[in-house]
Amino acid sequence: MIRKIAQILISLLLVVAGSGLARAEMRLNLQQPETIIAHQIYHLHTVILVICAIIFVVVFGAMFYALWKHRKSVGHKAEQFHENTTVEILWTVIPFLILVGMAIPATKTVLAMKDSSNPDMSIKVTGYQWKWRYDYLDEDISFYSNLATPVEQIENRAPKGEHYLLEVDNPLVVPIGKKVDVLITANDVIHSWWVPAFGVKQDGIPGFVRDAWFKVEEPGVYRGQCAELCGKDHGFMPIVVEAVTEDKYKEWVAQQQSKKSQASAASAVDANKTYTLDELKAEGEKVYGKTCVACHMPNGQGMPPTFPALAGGKTATGPIAAHIDIVVNGSKKNPAMVAWKNQLSDLEIAGVITYERNSFGNKLGDMVQPKQIAAARK
Amino acid sequence: MEAVHGHQHGDAHAHHPSGIMRWVTTTNHKDIGTLYLWFSFIMFLTGGVLALTIRAELFQPGLQIVRPEFFNQLTTMHGLIMVFGAIMPAFVGFANWQIPLMIGAPDMAFPRLNNWSFWLLPPAAILLVTSFLAPGGATAAGWTLYAPLSVQMGPGMDMAIFALHIMGASSIMGSINIITTILNMRAPGMSLMKMPLFVWSWLITAYLLIAVMPVLAGAVTMVLTDRHFDTHFFNAAGGGDPVMFQHIFWFFGHPEVYIMILPGFGIVSQIIPTFARKPLFGYSSMVYALSSIAILSFIVWAHHMFTVGMPAAGQLFFMYATMLIAVPTGVKVFNWIATMWKGSMTFETPMLFACGFIFVFTMGGFTGLILAITPVDIQLQDTYYVVAHFHYVLVAGSLFALFAGVYYWLPKWTGHMYDETLGKWHFWLSMIFFNVTFFVMHFLGLAGMPRRVPDYALQFADFNRIASIGAFGFGLSQLLLLYLVLKCIRGGKKAENKVWEGAEGLEWTVPSPPPYHTFETPPVVK
Repeated sequence: MIRKIAQILISLLLVVAGSGLARAEMRLNLQQPETIIAHQIYHLHTVILVICAIIFVVVFGAMFYALWKHRKSVGHKAEQFHENTTVEILWTVIPFLILVGMAIPATKTVLAMKDSSNPDMSIKVTGYQWKWRYDYLDEDISFYSNLATPVEQIENRAPKGEHYLLEVDNPLVVPIGKKVDVLITANDVIHSWWVPAFGVKQDGIPGFVRDAWFKVEEPGVYRGQCAELCGKDHGFMPIVVEAVTEDKYKEWVAQQQSKKSQASAASAVDANKTYTLDELKAEGEKVYGKTCVACHMPNGQGMPPTFPALAGGKTATGPIAAHIDIVVNGSKKNPAMVAWKNQLSDLEIAGVITYERNSFGNKLGDMVQPKQIAAARK
Repeated sequence: MEAVHGHQHGDAHAHHPSGIMRWVTTTNHKDIGTLYLWFSFIMFLTGGVLALTIRAELFQPGLQIVRPEFFNQLTTMHGLIMVFGAIMPAFVGFANWQIPLMIGAPDMAFPRLNNWSFWLLPPAAILLVTSFLAPGGATAAGWTLYAPLSVQMGPGMDMAIFALHIMGASSIMGSINIITTILNMRAPGMSLMKMPLFVWSWLITAYLLIAVMPVLAGAVTMVLTDRHFDTHFFNAAGGGDPVMFQHIFWFFGHPEVYIMILPGFGIVSQIIPTFARKPLFGYSSMVYALSSIAILSFIVWAHHMFTVGMPAAGQLFFMYATMLIAVPTGVKVFNWIATMWKGSMTFETPMLFACGFIFVFTMGGFTGLILAITPVDIQLQDTYYVVAHFHYVLVAGSLFALFAGVYYWLPKWTGHMYDETLGKWHFWLSMIFFNVTFFVMHFLGLAGMPRRVPDYALQFADFNRIASIGAFGFGLSQLLLLYLVLKCIRGGKKAENKVWEGAEGLEWTVPSPPPYHTFETPPVVK
């Protein structure tokens, strides 16, 4: 009876595993390591897994042997021995020695992971609800990195792309062969920056900065995810790192810096321009769709009480000054509503406020100019 | 004692209420054990429904059934309900039924405190479960309630905090009762080193509970004051530190997981000798192993925090201490196998679950060892590998041990043999579906799937589908247990005093079911 059931069990497990192994996507092990540390971790894991598997086979070999042979139904009579100090000492000391053997290479890797001295470059990584911000401390480049997967794919109205949930608008770009020190923190709650191919995972703790380092060997695109529950879109704030040759990296840096000076030139123009209602609403609709919709919903219904409704809402239909204040400076009561002055330009904020006051059934007809936002920042 | 006299004159139940009031006012350890066990079963099924909703959402990539913010409520409440509503009260139910019977005592040391310890739980459970209806829903911060996320949550978080306080008080009171009973009310001749191992396991667990439940209370109270009374324990802007929450929580949390397994070890240590018809191999080693595990459990907590950024010295210390726990745990596994060795085994359902426990719990122990290795943990922390690990030790570990104990002692409690065929079906279905559900999660974690996510990238789809199918199989199989228990209570073959051929211990000297009051005169133990 037992043999029959064991056979069924084993066949079932093989079918399950086999049907899985047949497909390329069914990964059974850690991701392909792309840094020295990731290699060391991969190797450590393999060795320890094999040791555990050997111990497992020996120990359960003995147990299954006993289950088979030392049964009443095959006529085996129970011996009555018990207690044996020698055996107890042996099976305490031998496992202890095996553990010491595992701890030695593990210690070496812990110390290597912690040695972030003499990096070639430093990047500050800040976790936000629910995106990442990257600040290249040596190059004065910074940008936000948001999930780029369209909402239609998540809601099953469009087929899912190859990098579903693992694609962003602005990836982190790093040169290969250089030691990159990432200084990780967070803006609101604890997040965790994790790129499996690098063997790097470091929690971003608000108010503190902790670092981790990596040196990528091969050019490529490496994807990871936030690894600490941070609220509703914890599963929707991936990390994408593009490791490129040093020349390509320098090109990219130059590009970013010229974009930046163009943007500041543009906002200097914005500051003095007076926009029409339609221009502001169009800008605002873009901003809303990218930034606000996750919490306040496409129809402005929100999810009260944490994410108030904008449709007919007190702030969106009340005095303009209060509406500006909450978008620019965030909410004191509700930390989920951050100070958008740090992430959006005057034009973007002016646009989105105008849009909100004239959409979702709100028909206030008023508009807000970028220069009002510039004034509110002071 | 006056009470004893009265009962000896045979008018035992003249002054006991009947019906609902019997259950509300009972101070009888058997009644209270029954109450705890039914409460825990109801909570187990509730937590199970939440789990099945989670697995239904995770059946395919994309969001089909629930929104992300509700998904996080489900994962949080599944954890809180299973830990505090199902596993812990179930073991307390066993403690209540079995400890007085096993040590030859008439009841627990503080019978009225015992009643209170139980009756605090249903209001706490109602508070916890109805938090789903609070504005914003139940807390969605994970059962670990990390700040600052937990400080951000709506009123459902406050309800959960109060529920935890109440349940903590219940546990502390129950533990005081258990320790006092075991230390003071053993029958003459029963020295500590002659007690059944189950009693030892509860003695040690009760000390762990008293040590750490107040620490949890402290942690959640600090979250409460950060939320409402303008303190800044976990807010750097106010001079606090979010990581301090993790230290305090896990100082509770790690002993907590040993609280949830040690009584299971005790149950298995009763069952294996019975069905092997052979004494437990190394009684004193088993006691020392339980004690070592308990003591070590206090110095390993930060292995849940390897990625917060602690210095290398901290990571190394916690890695070494955590690896050490494998030694006494291994000693226990070897002793159980040595007990089976050259015995004369039969495989009734309790033995099936006990052997299954050893097999699958040890797998969970191995993945725990792998997670203890800090560099490997950096990759696996907060992934499905961890989810696999703790479900192996908590479900295949604690839950299977509880099932084993139910089958073992149900004939004693009810006076009827349960349906052995159904019991075996329950075992095999649970075993197979459990592994289908959770084994593949190891691969998901290794491949890079994080925890607590309602949706995932396409390379994780196949194993998630398998896990969801397994989960539904496992969940439905538990209805078999419910049916079986109800059927056994209503009738079945009459159970003897000594239900099992190889059973030893005082509980097997009293009738099945035992009279309402047993051991009013203590037996003498040689």
